[in-house]
Amino acid sequence: MAFRRFVSHRAAVISCVILGLLTLLVIFAPFTARYGVNESVQVPPNSFLTPRANAWLGTDDIGRDLYSRLIYGVRVSLIIGLLSALISVTIGSLVGAIAGFRGGKFDDIMMRVTDLFLAFPFLVTLLIVRNVLGAISWIQPITGEMNSVRFIILLFSIFGWMGVARIVRGQVLSLKEREFIEAARAVGASRRYIIRRHLLPNSIGPIMVALTFSVVGAITGESTLAFFGYGPQAGDGATSLGNLVGAAKGAVQTGFWWLAVFPCLMLVIIALSVNFIGDALRDATDTQLDRGN
Amino acid sequence: MIRYILRRLAWALPTMLIVTFLVYVALRIGTNPVESYKRSNPRVTPEKIQQYIDINGLDPNYVLGYFRWLNNFLTGDWPRSIKGSREVWPALKDAMANTLRLGIAATVVGVFFGLIFGLLASLRPGGSRDIAINTGAFVGISIPPYISAILLQLLFAVYWQRWFGSSLFPTSGVYPAGHTGFDLFLMLKFMALPTIVVAIQIVATYSRYLRSSLLDVLNSDYMRTARSKGISERRILIHHGMRNALIPIVTVAAIDFGSIVGGLIISENIFSYPGMGLYFLKSFGDGDFPLLMPWMVIIVASILIFNLIADISYAWLDPRIRLE
Repeated sequence: MAFRRFVSHRAAVISCVILGLLTLLVIFAPFTARYGVNESVQVPPNSFLTPRANAWLGTDDIGRDLYSRLIYGVRVSLIIGLLSALISVTIGSLVGAIAGFRGGKFDDIMMRVTDLFLAFPFLVTLLIVRNVLGAISWIQPITGEMNSVRFIILLFSIFGWMGVARIVRGQVLSLKEREFIEAARAVGASRRYIIRRHLLPNSIGPIMVALTFSVVGAITGESTLAFFGYGPQAGDGATSLGNLVGAAKGAVQTGFWWLAVFPCLMLVIIALSVNFIGDALRDATDTQLDRGN
Repeated sequence: MIRYILRRLAWALPTMLIVTFLVYVALRIGTNPVESYKRSNPRVTPEKIQQYIDINGLDPNYVLGYFRWLNNFLTGDWPRSIKGSREVWPALKDAMANTLRLGIAATVVGVFFGLIFGLLASLRPGGSRDIAINTGAFVGISIPPYISAILLQLLFAVYWQRWFGSSLFPTSGVYPAGHTGFDLFLMLKFMALPTIVVAIQIVATYSRYLRSSLLDVLNSDYMRTARSKGISERRILIHHGMRNALIPIVTVAAIDFGSIVGGLIISENIFSYPGMGLYFLKSFGDGDFPLLMPWMVIIVASILIFNLIADISYAWLDPRIRLE
């Protein structure tokens, strides 16, 4: 039922197709990209070429093909988005379920902390937490260098779980008054069992929605960081979409429009598609809950 | 009502202390103020460093240091910036004035158009106008502000100049270089693009808020009652519909403060608009503790004030809410 409702959402289906194509393009990057990520298109002069036959989307300041770089950039960004969303959704749903189920002090403190974080301007918290995370020496082995992709993934995991926790908590709060939870408690099920077998599976809809929004959050967040020069170091394996969007800033005043338009467009397409899917998922799972009540 | 406000105010003070303490600790760990002071002033004497540590409250003990800093902050004994040893308050004051101007302009424009679009969309839900507005709003919230900023800048400043000889809107600053005095028209022209960038987000968010909240209200029983009494459709919409639909929006508005400031930071950075955002990014990049702390205090205070306003106006607008 939920699936049929999702399919009836036309924009979401188109988004799925677009994202699927992008994923294929990215997985087969060595074949679909025409040049290496740091490879020049032709012998100099090759910088700032307009879109043409041997460089479909033009070249950048040192003559690298923008089309190939976009593919590699999307690859890094998708990895950042998916991994940090998975980590933050796992942490977030556990914390949210426990907070919502137990209530009391733990719940109060948790919600205060997340309120505080969410009330602050996102970029400010992001930059400060990034620096704090980078300055604590004993977590260095886990996080790696401050401008590595791993660091960025962990940074957005730390950020993402709070939004998820709030959503799952709200869901659990409404679920825990329902009869089947009461029944489970009456037959002596432990808290852990109830959370694991009843609360979390019944929150799968909101969790999926939260997952999609965390993916967008991490991808655009990474771009924001890179835009302000705090992103991953552009290198062989780490040229992200954010790096390309960041480079767009310098290309605007000089009027190299392709360097600005294509990376921005790519980011918008990804963000929009994932958002559409999340929205459709929410519609599809929400109404089901309403009928259940 | 007054008791409620007083109780909330009494809570605001300890919250303020706790949050600024957290910010103080985070900034000390994150920006390492002493190191960045030495970096900006390589040939500084040990006495100067000690003086810097004292006046900024950079004691090894965080709690002690925090109260030292607080004492100096409250008595107006503010340290000077580490770069160029500038006074902090004049810089902060200018930045605040510029940002307030930008923020208020963007909020007014954004909320105005957002509410109009939301109203238009909810009049005939499911209609083509509704779908168009909804999709537009969805695209609006999906586009990060720096993307719209870059594209607007490219179109209205750079390419407009190529096509028509002169650019439609300037892309940086508050006034052209060397300009003195006050010129409203010139100022508005410089503010146009940064305002639009922030306003796009606000329009998109508010049209969605109002639409969903108005749809809830329009389907409620008292709307049917009002209609059955024979009140004109227009009066129902404005008097019963909008009034009730705006209640939840007021709370969201105050909580949105953070995201509006976030948009302002990005917009200011791209258009080199000398406001709070540019101030923050620059001083954060330098690790300039004396500049950063007062900025943080102002942001924290504004967040608390906006939350307070939200709660109070919520209670005031909705007679169903009892506070005592």
